[in-house]
Amino acid sequence: MTPEELDEIATIERETTHQFQHRVSVCVGTGCHSAHSEEVKTALEKEVSRQGLENWCQVKGVGCRGLCASGPMVEVDTAARLYQGVTPEDAVEIVETLDTGSVPRLECPTDLPFFTRQTKIVLEHAGRIDPERIEDYIVMGGYTALLKTLTEMTPAEVIEQITTSGLRGRGGGGYPTGLKWRTVAIAAGTQKYIICNGDEGDPGAFMDRSILESDPHRILEGMAIAAYAVGADEGYVYVRAEYPLAIKRLRAAIIQAERNGLLGKNIFGTPFSFHVEIRLGAGAFVCGEETALIASIEGRRGTPRPRPPYPAEFGLWGCPTLINNVETIANIVPIVRNGGAWFAEIGTENSKGTKVFALTGRVNHTGLIEVPMGITLREIVFDIGGGIPDGRKFKAVQTGGPSGGCIPEEYLDMTVDYASLAQVGSIMGSGGMIIMDETSNMVDVARYFMEFCMTESCGKCIPCRVGTVQMHELLCRIAAGQATPHDLELLEELCDLVKQTSLCGLGQSSPNPVLSTLRYFRNEYMDQLAAKPGE
Amino acid sequence: MSHGCLFFWGNRIHRRIRPDAEQNSDTLKCQERTMSVPAGKKLKLPLPSDDRRWRLVGATMRRHGYRPSALIETLHTVQESFGYVDNDALRFVANGLHVPLSRAYGVATFYHFFSFKPPGKHTCAICLGTACYIKGGPDNLKALEEAFDVQAGETTADGQLSLLTARCLGACGLAPAAVFDGEMVGRLDRMEIQQRVERLLNDDARRT
Repeated sequence: MTPEELDEIATIERETTHQFQHRVSVCVGTGCHSAHSEEVKTALEKEVSRQGLENWCQVKGVGCRGLCASGPMVEVDTAARLYQGVTPEDAVEIVETLDTGSVPRLECPTDLPFFTRQTKIVLEHAGRIDPERIEDYIVMGGYTALLKTLTEMTPAEVIEQITTSGLRGRGGGGYPTGLKWRTVAIAAGTQKYIICNGDEGDPGAFMDRSILESDPHRILEGMAIAAYAVGADEGYVYVRAEYPLAIKRLRAAIIQAERNGLLGKNIFGTPFSFHVEIRLGAGAFVCGEETALIASIEGRRGTPRPRPPYPAEFGLWGCPTLINNVETIANIVPIVRNGGAWFAEIGTENSKGTKVFALTGRVNHTGLIEVPMGITLREIVFDIGGGIPDGRKFKAVQTGGPSGGCIPEEYLDMTVDYASLAQVGSIMGSGGMIIMDETSNMVDVARYFMEFCMTESCGKCIPCRVGTVQMHELLCRIAAGQATPHDLELLEELCDLVKQTSLCGLGQSSPNPVLSTLRYFRNEYMDQLAAKPGE
Repeated sequence: MSHGCLFFWGNRIHRRIRPDAEQNSDTLKCQERTMSVPAGKKLKLPLPSDDRRWRLVGATMRRHGYRPSALIETLHTVQESFGYVDNDALRFVANGLHVPLSRAYGVATFYHFFSFKPPGKHTCAICLGTACYIKGGPDNLKALEEAFDVQAGETTADGQLSLLTARCLGACGLAPAAVFDGEMVGRLDRMEIQQRVERLLNDDARRT
């Protein structure tokens, strides 16, 4: 592929699209897919061809629009009309009213805060392009960032831009991405690897899945840029086997990119070569931890090892390895395209850019949102999320999955960034945000997460393997009303011990849900004790 | 109570750990990386039986050059083709990839995705991710356990239904969700989930 050919694909695609008077986009992300959006798409296509309008109206499948609870979503022309809860039977009406108006019964207001309050960088293409066609990606300027990197920038300049942007790892750790890249770049060794971590194990989080499903080429391009910057020529995308649609689209994207010479040998005629392979996870939460993930790619049990040495120096097959989360990689292309300084203007002092959250639980608008860092929790829950359904009262928001904590109402006006979340005993995490109302029992929530950590503990280090079992037992006793105040003391003591002495992040953070609920909802624990203190 | 005592109690998942000799051995790692069959050279690997599905498993190993690192990928193919991993499969894969049988067993038991029992004719996997959990997933599970006399993770005595639980299907917007024979359905309650499973089972009865 030459730069001219890339231009040509974009031009042809643009001209083809312009021939159509109307464009009907059906969301085919997992949310809408489970609500049978494929059938809606087929019905629309049938209706268009039945009326002989194939050259007048284009029907296409697009990635996630975000408002998963109202699926299947259908968009007519770009942002003109949005329909929700569409069934195959509605196809006739939708096609007939293309020119004249709309179908009011299905209309979803596009001026909802859910749509207007978001800032889309990572998800800019989601809902706009067909994830299964590389041409759709190219026409949006796809692969031009890679072209710019390979032809105009040195690896050091690329790393400089990423450092300037202030981007931090989006997988939970929040490690500065530029620094990580530099470490791998200067590490000794001729063979280096890139790994894109898509082992999104947190229950209640589906950001990475949506990104992979809606815009797979963005990940491939981001990985190629990262590979060029650090001097790698092989990359792996590690995806959960539970995400079949994401795997299918990513596989298709790799084949298309290879066929077009955008992956493989001598990309854009430069000496740079880059190959990508997919590795499937097999249902082990601990594989989200980087050293465990490397073990898994090497075909071994996914158990972490002590660090240092960090994977940046001693990673896959003992070679320097760069591991970045899917969302982090998805931020690379816009940073290279617009410059690090542009990115650094968004967000707060210490947390730049945007963050994608999976907003779920007891909230009116469940789905996928992207907001600038520094937004308040109240804005997310009550404006974008539309508040709590059934007139119930907000109780807590859980962030960070099993490694995070529950944040009570008094901190709703806190800004969302790495530092403030850590201050209140939670973490940014990968981006799951679960809203709980007054019906949720916080002891049960803590027990739920502890059960998760207990079953997912890999068994390598004792504090995690044994501590989680004991903490879970104590929580069960509290929940069953059989615990004494002494048990509560023991629980707190154990939390501290496991936090301090576990080998990897899974163990170190497993007490977080307990500690944060104890901090803010201690009365619920006390109410469930069999004997009250002093009795 | 001392912590040492607590650790002793918690030993019930002790079997998961084993000394990882290869973990820190660089030389072995390098060998693994390079130990592959040269392209073009055919490797004769006797198939366990005439079952055509073994060829799929063999093809996966061949695609990865019979490298030991392809263990998990190959087990995925076994799981996908046969529905479960049995001793024959483990031996075949361990042989083909030149890994000790103990390691193949260790890996297969470590990851939740691989099962060692044949699945029922139909499967229903209930999501118990956080969003589904607080919206009634456990209730749905209980309803099915009672209605069909089967525990989570088990198959009914007649082999018709496997009841499974999932960590998170990523369909949190549709919570509580479940997957019936590969088809995901959201916003389920006790009644509906029961009806759906009955429909799954009855569809067969009608056909036969």
